[in-house]
Amino acid sequence: MPTKNTKLRIGILAIHGDVAEHAAILRKLKFEPVEVRTAQDFENLDGLILPGGESTTIGKLMEIYGLKNELIRFATTPRKNPITGNYQLPTIFGTCAGLILLAKFGLLDAKIERNAYGRQLDSFETQLKIPTVSSKEISVAFIRAPKILSVGKSVEVLAKFEGVPIFVREKNIFAASFHPETLGETKIHEFIFTRKITA
Amino acid sequence: MEKKTATPRLKKGLAEMLKGGVIMDVVNPAQAVIAEKAGAVAVMALERVPSDIRKDGGVARMSDPKMIRGIQKAVTIPVMAKVRIGHFVEAQILEALAVDYIDESEVLTPADEQFHVDKSKFQVPFVCGATNLGEAARRIAEGAAMIRTKGEAGTGNVVEAVRHIRTINAEIAALQKMSPAAVKKYATEIRTPLALVEEIRKLGRLPVVNFAAGGVATPADAALLMQLGCDGVFVGSGIFKSKNPAKMARAIVLATMNFRDAKILAQVSEGLGEAMKGLEISTLTTKLAGRGW
Repeated sequence: MPTKNTKLRIGILAIHGDVAEHAAILRKLKFEPVEVRTAQDFENLDGLILPGGESTTIGKLMEIYGLKNELIRFATTPRKNPITGNYQLPTIFGTCAGLILLAKFGLLDAKIERNAYGRQLDSFETQLKIPTVSSKEISVAFIRAPKILSVGKSVEVLAKFEGVPIFVREKNIFAASFHPETLGETKIHEFIFTRKITA
Repeated sequence: MEKKTATPRLKKGLAEMLKGGVIMDVVNPAQAVIAEKAGAVAVMALERVPSDIRKDGGVARMSDPKMIRGIQKAVTIPVMAKVRIGHFVEAQILEALAVDYIDESEVLTPADEQFHVDKSKFQVPFVCGATNLGEAARRIAEGAAMIRTKGEAGTGNVVEAVRHIRTINAEIAALQKMSPAAVKKYATEIRTPLALVEEIRKLGRLPVVNFAAGGVATPADAALLMQLGCDGVFVGSGIFKSKNPAKMARAIVLATMNFRDAKILAQVSEGLGEAMKGLEISTLTTKLAGRGW
């Protein structure tokens, strides 16, 4: 029987990218990070992260190994939450390249432009105020970041920067242009996974 | 809200996004497109791959900016380019081109026998080669945001890259067993700030991403270096000097992703045609790894 102490298993798509940085944040929040490289790795996951990396590379390799279809199946199939016992869609969070892939695979109704924030010279850190996430400032990094050009009606914009959406949600799918994990920031992951999965 | 650019964390951050991936040397836009299609996470733009530099001899310098721009236009993945050791003006030029990473590389002919580039002064992040922990630590102290083994570039012989990563691993393991007094002495010996040495000791690894480079010629070579603990792989001459570059490039990408899965490694190693012709290290007249200190 799962207890209050049951660790939720959050997968991190581990084709390449900043997998270890996401894993470190999940461990701080008492989740169990699980590297996902094959279709079998999707078994028994309570949530999933698509990390930062090169979206063209990750997308291609996902198709070669059938992981694109597996991700779509995973994202759209309700599963039992081991803590609440309820059936619900698994929570998925994409950062940067992950945002691009979620939109590309039709899991997030948004139009994205790759590298629209510029080259590495234009990469930046900033502090965000997102009251629905935390009363404190949130540190994030935009690294060769993609821009959300527009979102569909069913997409909720959770945060904007300079008037442009940067953090969005469509049902169980969360996505951000930025990286909280690069700066060791836990609040975004906590908001997404702790509240949405254990509530 | 305030935007901060070119912080050490951002410089290191881009390399973190490349982990588990393959960075390929390319000499023109067409090769860059092949590399991107095969699944490279970045390309290194240079005029001649190391094996040709070795063959042609003479002074090897930064590439023509026109050629670098052509490659930047051809692909959407990050573009890196090389400067000579210590040649900070070549680095200024590459920064003006807005390349995503600068490689201060022993593959080119060194420009300064005393000083490496002061990398902390630049907005663009740097990657530097290392053959041991002291060298890696000195480069990080100078501002390098990513390290790679030197290996012996342009040989298709992986033995030097293996030596370098094994040396770094062994030196970190030894550091972790040292008494506080010995750590202090070691920091002085390797001419590195104590705080950085303490950080390496605490982490049990370099505080920046560490790729393999130099002599990688097959998918098995890439997987070997990944199993030895490298975070990713640079492939220079190994791809475009092989019989079938597109196929070899894809195979090395798949091997790097699945470096622990021998079945997949066997599949991707099949029917690749001839790998680049390798060179025995003892027969070399110029050893590139000895450049820099």
